[in-house]
Amino acid sequence: MRPEQQGVEVTVLVSVGRHPVTGRARRADQDARGLELALGLERQLAGSRVSLLHAGARGEESEAALRGYLGMAAGAGMGLASLTLLEQAEGSDAIPALAEYLAGAPPQLVVTGSRAERNEGSGLLPYALAERLGWPLVNGLAAVEMIENGVATLLQALPRGQRRRLKVRLPAIVSVDGAAPAARQSAFGPARRAELEATSVDAEPDYELAEWQLAPARKRPKRLKIVKAASARDRFKAAAAKAEGRGGQLLTDVTPQQGAEAIVKLLKAEGVLR
Amino acid sequence: MLETLLPILIFAALALAAIGAWRRIRLWRQGRPAEVDLLRGLAAMPRRYLVDLHHVVGRDKVMSNTHVTTAGGFVAAAVLMILVHGLGLANPVLGGLLLAASATMFVGSLFVAKRRRNPPARLSRGAWMRLPKSLMAFSLSVFLITLPTVGVLPQDAGSWVLALILSAVLVWGLGEMVFGMTWGGPMKHAFAGALHLAFHRRPERFSSMSGGKSRGEAGSTGLKALHLGDPGAKLGVETPSDFTWNQLLGFDACVQCGRCEAVCPAFAAGQPLNPKKLIQDMVVGLAGGSDAAYSGSPHPSQGLGGKSVGEPSLVRYGTPHGTIVAPDPMSGGTALVDAETLWSCTTCRACVEECPMMIEHVDAIVDMRRFLTLEHGNTPNKGAEVLDNLIATDNPGGFDPGSRLHWAADLNLPLMADVKQAEVLLWLGDGAFDMRNQRTLRALVKVLRAAEVDFAVLGNEERDSGDVARRLGDEATFQSLARRNIATLAKYRFQRIVTCDPHSFHVLGNEYGELGGPDFNANYEVRHHSTYIAELYDMGRLAFKPWKGGTVTYHDPCYLGRYNGEYEAPRRVLEALGIQVSEMARSGFRSRCCGGGGGAPITDIPGKQRIPDMRMNDVEESGAELVAVGCPQCTAMLEGVVDGPAEVRDIAELVADALVARPAGGATTATHRPLAEEVI
Ligand code: SF4
Ligand code: SF4
Repeated sequence: MRPEQQGVEVTVLVSVGRHPVTGRARRADQDARGLELALGLERQLAGSRVSLLHAGARGEESEAALRGYLGMAAGAGMGLASLTLLEQAEGSDAIPALAEYLAGAPPQLVVTGSRAERNEGSGLLPYALAERLGWPLVNGLAAVEMIENGVATLLQALPRGQRRRLKVRLPAIVSVDGAAPAARQSAFGPARRAELEATSVDAEPDYELAEWQLAPARKRPKRLKIVKAASARDRFKAAAAKAEGRGGQLLTDVTPQQGAEAIVKLLKAEGVLR
Repeated sequence: MLETLLPILIFAALALAAIGAWRRIRLWRQGRPAEVDLLRGLAAMPRRYLVDLHHVVGRDKVMSNTHVTTAGGFVAAAVLMILVHGLGLANPVLGGLLLAASATMFVGSLFVAKRRRNPPARLSRGAWMRLPKSLMAFSLSVFLITLPTVGVLPQDAGSWVLALILSAVLVWGLGEMVFGMTWGGPMKHAFAGALHLAFHRRPERFSSMSGGKSRGEAGSTGLKALHLGDPGAKLGVETPSDFTWNQLLGFDACVQCGRCEAVCPAFAAGQPLNPKKLIQDMVVGLAGGSDAAYSGSPHPSQGLGGKSVGEPSLVRYGTPHGTIVAPDPMSGGTALVDAETLWSCTTCRACVEECPMMIEHVDAIVDMRRFLTLEHGNTPNKGAEVLDNLIATDNPGGFDPGSRLHWAADLNLPLMADVKQAEVLLWLGDGAFDMRNQRTLRALVKVLRAAEVDFAVLGNEERDSGDVARRLGDEATFQSLARRNIATLAKYRFQRIVTCDPHSFHVLGNEYGELGGPDFNANYEVRHHSTYIAELYDMGRLAFKPWKGGTVTYHDPCYLGRYNGEYEAPRRVLEALGIQVSEMARSGFRSRCCGGGGGAPITDIPGKQRIPDMRMNDVEESGAELVAVGCPQCTAMLEGVVDGPAEVRDIAELVADALVARPAGGATTATHRPLAEEVI
């Protein structure tokens, strides 16, 4: 049999997504992948518990979208009959509320999508939370391989299908993106039967967001790759080739201090920092 | 001695049968309640049997005569036997009638025996093989014991040995015919079948005294709505007891004749579905036990897991309150039915059309799919993606709903939002996003314009009709789409809806009605474009140049033919074009599905071959160079056949190509109808 493994408490942060074509509220793709990852953990580690957490306003549209996550619990049978909703007014900052809630009843693992589909979508939330809680953060998670004695072995997805194995001491925050397993179907029956446990929390208005101007995103222009290839083989090689880095520098075995200095130097050289 | 023995035997058999009947009824009553008018159903039963059932049985003349002789003889003999031998009314007239009845039954049973000599593969064997012998035992022994009654033989003829042998044979006959009827023998079909006809879940399927059926020629074909009002209720069918009681009763009526198996496209393609076996699985479920005694063709196995295709599967177990489809293949143990079996069905209704017992396979399959989709979120392959698209974009392909009319950018189609009313509302269907179907739509618009029809489209206000969602079991998405479509339609005035998509036709015409409310009437007059074109032609509003192409055959779409009874209009249009249709072996109500219905291309369950390939073979056998179709799904499926032997054209395209200017004054004078009709 497998070595004695203990179940873990996992909290998945879920948000109200936005369909790319119609803009309708839905379960956000990355958050749903995060939940899928967590549900997979429950099968791996008996006794694990997954809970869902959302901070935001409660409305008909957002409720339907949040129930989309609850519909994924069908047949999983692991106490996913409810979602904790930290109710805040529209336009409040979710980070303090989430941080406070997580600090109050800390799970061992927090899973979240990399980037929200609404509002800023800056992808900063996992970092801000990690900073506030003082927990390690791993982004771009592809799989949780093992959790033993409070240490998780994780598989991180890197560009072009590469993977990196990491060991992280729990509690930790992990974020997932498109590299994580696709979310299962959401079932209507369990979704509508599940409970939304709402608690009002102090809302700090998100002053920064109020300053922002929101406009529909435009597709970024993409530089066309001009391929002067004579044969199909050349075309294939050109298409599959790695983007060529120029003038890069690989630093290994350096102190954090040296690393940070190198980054600051680069940012200055690029004109990002002045 | 026989005088004392016979009443005892007869009444013992009747008493045992009564106990059996009570037990069987209790099994059926495990199902959910259903609204059934019991008395009216019982009163209508003889007619449903004699007219509607024999309409189906009569398609096989020999079998129909065999059944009439055997069953008629048996019923008469049984009643008379109770009178003559049970109650001792030994009068020669009754005795004579009894002799005649049992002799008739004996003749019938000879035919049954003949058929059983070399039974076709679709028939079940096992207990069914002994049935002709049992029928003979019953009829012969009744005949012989009645001879003394009419004085042909002296009362005390023969020895007691003979009497004993005779009674033994009679016991066998009574056992099969009376006892077995309610205790689960082959004769169960008579008992359950009669009650099933009486308490059928679609009473409107049957013809009425006044002639026609209450819901058009095809009878009642729309799926029944699932009530979503109660959030606590389980949605769909998980265990056999989740069916309504009259559905369970219906399953129990199956005679295992295998007619459904013989016409099922999924079965022929080697997908893991045999409708007959599925119904027998439900019987196993409702009665509890295993399918070890089942002796017909199995569900073709999927050819996965090392088994070769077509190998019988494992022994399956079922209980009334046990799950039918195991939620997870990892959980070990075999399910009563594999999910793949349910997802193989194209909902073509060929089985329902052929079933002499009027069993509703498609309803049962969709009921079980509803559970898998709504409660388990387990729609296979592309199912989940399609449903998500329908929820987020109102079309299965996930296209921008604002681009529904892009194909018609140059056509200047009148929008309902602008004109508010029109004679015809042209329903585009999701084919509007498909480049192939856009050609059909453009052709149809050309035809409507040539006939100067006052029409308009909903344009971007149109949504998917909900057909696919409903057939994939997602009743919630279906109802959401349907309700929004109904609300949109309620804003405008039109006389009829015309569509080139039989699936939209069926859903709008047969399934929306139930969802209308006091505010919205959702009963529309819907026409398939072939019907409407035929009408326009009859009114003289279209004129065609003669057909110059090669041989043409016509493929009946399931949702136009079997679902809506429209077999004539497309053929009339082809005739008007000057085309002589070279029919396929399976056409009309026996048309073979293209494989595109019921979400089957989405769930895509593998088999030995593909259904559209088989249909294209049918086309090839008809010798046609072109197959005329009337459905975007059929077009897509048949055109998807690699190296197809024939060109695939929609009727609208053929009509548009043949259009010529009308002779002057066309609309008023040059009608193609016989004058006698026109003057009305
Ligand atoms: S379901 Fe109907 S057609 Fe099929 S075997 Fe049974 S009685 Fe025959
Ligand atoms: S509806 Fe068609 S595919 Fe489905 S079981 Fe019946 S015959 Fe087979």
